[in-house]
Amino acid sequence: MTKINELKMILDSRSVNECFSRVAVASFSSQLDMTVEELGDIKTVVSEAVTNCIVHAYSNTIGKIYITCTVFEEGVIRVSIRDKGCGIPDVEKAREPLYTSVGGERSGLGFSVMESFSDKLRVRSRVGVGTTVTFEKIIKGKAR
Amino acid sequence: MPVALKLKNNTLTVCLKGEIDHHTAPAIRESIDDAIAINHNASLIILDFSGVTFMDSSGVGLVMGRYRLVAPMGKRLQVDNLSARDYQILRMSGIEKLAPLNQRYDEIKENRYD
Ligand SMILES: Nc1ncnc2c1ncn2[C@@H]1O[C@H](COP(=O)(O)OP(=O)(O)O)[C@@H](O)[C@H]1O
Ligand SMILES: [Mg+2]
Repeated sequence: MTKINELKMILDSRSVNECFSRVAVASFSSQLDMTVEELGDIKTVVSEAVTNCIVHAYSNTIGKIYITCTVFEEGVIRVSIRDKGCGIPDVEKAREPLYTSVGGERSGLGFSVMESFSDKLRVRSRVGVGTTVTFEKIIKGKAR
Repeated sequence: MPVALKLKNNTLTVCLKGEIDHHTAPAIRESIDDAIAINHNASLIILDFSGVTFMDSSGVGLVMGRYRLVAPMGKRLQVDNLSARDYQILRMSGIEKLAPLNQRYDEIKENRYD
């Protein structure tokens, strides 16, 4: 695929940045002509991944969240969201619907939602090193 | 989130507004729970999502948490006027077996998810 544009941002893992990060990525992505639904899909996936960095990766501290958004000529958006937090011991288990490692009002549906609203989702993690979630969205756009 | 309330024939409708995520959920939860506590005679609690412009899985936790709060009090919970996306997300949890989920009327026709 041919890259035509790229955004990189580094954010503090503060919950107030959840809204900013999803709006920023959606806004940058919208240079590809896309539907309101596609924009909403991107916002939802970013929101889930960024929230996980804040809630899980850096649960007792404030760390940095690294976001890259790449736009491809072929009409694809690739977003990667990386943290240098605690890491996930068992990624397969973490991706199971309704699995959550914390109590309270977490639903354990974050990864299921990310899968539903993206076309490809990759999770790489190492305990004590951090986690990278990368997703791709194929933009069909208003034309179709 | 300031919520608007309607009480009619033992039905308490709580109208939510704005975006529901992990950052905003605690304040929304508090407003809903206050409304339920104050209107303790209500036997049906309706969460009205007409004014909700964004929701991620934090909204699922919010709805499930409200169900766990009201069910032991013998009250029922219902969620109305969901966008197609929010409806799809909430359904992933299986909550519709415990609390009815209703979509926005104007979006049912053009629902791309079902
Ligand atoms: N960035 C991350 N760093 C560490 N752990 C994570 C991260 N993302 C997800 N997890 C783990 O995966 C589990 C499932 O995540 P998710 O599906 O989003 O559900 P929830 O956030 O509701 O717990 C989390 O409970 C957590 O244990
Ligand atoms: Mg999550």
